[in-house]
Amino acid sequence: MMSFIQDIQQYEFLQKALFTSVIVGIICGVLGSFIILRGMSLMGDAISHAVLPGVALSYMMGINYFYGAVTFGLMTAFGIGFITQNSRVKNDTSIGIVFSAFFAIGIILIGKANTSTDLTSILFGNVLSVRDSDMWMTLAVGVVVLIAVGLFYKELLVSTFDPTLAAAYGLPNKLIHYFLMVLLTLVTVASLQTVGIILVVAMLITPAATAYLLTNRLSIMITISAILGALSAVTGLYISFVYNWPSGAAIVLVTTSFFIVAFLFSPKHGIVWRQLRARKHKTALQ
Amino acid sequence: MGHAIDVNDLYVSYYGKQVLKKVSFTMEQGRLIGIVGPNGAGKSTLMKAVLGLIPRDRGNVLIDGQPIKNVRSKIAYVPQRATIDWDFPITVLDTVLLGTYPSLGLFKRPKKEHREWAYHCLEKVGMEHFAKNQIGELSGGQQQRVFLARALAQKADTFFLDEPFVGIDVTSEALIIKILKELRDEGKTALVVHHDLTKVKDYFDDLIIVNGEIIGAGAVEKVMVPETMKKAFKAQFSLWDAMEVAPS
Repeated sequence: MMSFIQDIQQYEFLQKALFTSVIVGIICGVLGSFIILRGMSLMGDAISHAVLPGVALSYMMGINYFYGAVTFGLMTAFGIGFITQNSRVKNDTSIGIVFSAFFAIGIILIGKANTSTDLTSILFGNVLSVRDSDMWMTLAVGVVVLIAVGLFYKELLVSTFDPTLAAAYGLPNKLIHYFLMVLLTLVTVASLQTVGIILVVAMLITPAATAYLLTNRLSIMITISAILGALSAVTGLYISFVYNWPSGAAIVLVTTSFFIVAFLFSPKHGIVWRQLRARKHKTALQ
Repeated sequence: MGHAIDVNDLYVSYYGKQVLKKVSFTMEQGRLIGIVGPNGAGKSTLMKAVLGLIPRDRGNVLIDGQPIKNVRSKIAYVPQRATIDWDFPITVLDTVLLGTYPSLGLFKRPKKEHREWAYHCLEKVGMEHFAKNQIGELSGGQQQRVFLARALAQKADTFFLDEPFVGIDVTSEALIIKILKELRDEGKTALVVHHDLTKVKDYFDDLIIVNGEIIGAGAVEKVMVPETMKKAFKAQFSLWDAMEVAPS
């Protein structure tokens, strides 16, 4: 542990990796809270996969992959919405159709793109190779997401909790949905280096789901989720560095461990206490 | 007093299927109004269409003489309980606090005075001891009282309640109707989608009887007559007739 701290002080790449993954942990935790409460976990997975062709095209055109990824992320969100609203196909099915198609296009395009771009590092992330530009982009995305959620917290809360009430208040539910999709795309792009396309969804939903088991208030849920996201990022990075594991996978498994602990031992919702309470109740009746 | 609700030639359909047609009625302010009709008659649809929550094929709706979008913050709506996610991480007090949101506007957070007002509204429905509970921990009747408190917190002029008495206890039902009557006495208007015909006369001043169209609208004693009831509840009535005729 001490040597890890020394290494951080010594190596710039490690500082960047740490800084980037902590921001990713925080913004994924914040946005993920809304994603899971709106029942859009699969949507998070879809958008993150569907940015792949955007990334490939950006490489081909020599522009920052940010632009391509955001474009394809939004196309996916609109495509899914369009199919769901205009056919009898259910939401989860249209999500599956659209994102797998985009992902497939992405795989082909990546093959055609500059061979130096490594599919593996896009799919699985490589936080130890974060460049300055990536780090600043992640920071910018982080600031944008946090400000957006802060400013529209009330509106997000009402439309997530009770869309009918939100509509009666005159809130634009659809606009709010697509606004969240934009944020989701931004967060996905920001997370590419850290955990990669495949595992972004875990950063979005696992810390949020853990926090969901620990509190009955949205503001606290978001806070816990962000803290767990950041903590998982640091711990995962440490493990990744010490044992030479892939960083994304290490970070995700730390979030999973937190979830398991909360699942078993959460004071209100943990299955261990629930079982104990149930047993106590039964014995008292006998 | 002016008109609380003015509906003129309203038509509503779902995917080409006509649910409501030729709906026109006028309701005065300061009245407690029931909306009744058989299952599938379009009671909730009527309420949602009046509130502008679902698209209208044609027709006009005025509330307090104005188009709905001008008076949204003065309209409180309590949707059916079934539509809400009861596992949502929100406390009872924070649920009531939602009622203050329309008056806050964008970017502003509720302050201490809003919290105190929300707490006061909780007291009115006798739920202040549950302020810190998660809403899913309450019984059906308690939940409905909390949602009424949220509507009260909005300081609205017109209240819309969709089936508020479904699956709730007698005490809560009596308390809710008592509060609605108090609101009426203050000059506010309340519309309630309701399915139990037995208490209609005790609960409401006016009645709107719906079955795909308006069968009757006006004071309860004028509207709740055998002809209209038979017309609206044809299926049920013929069943009763058949039962009476059948040898025991």
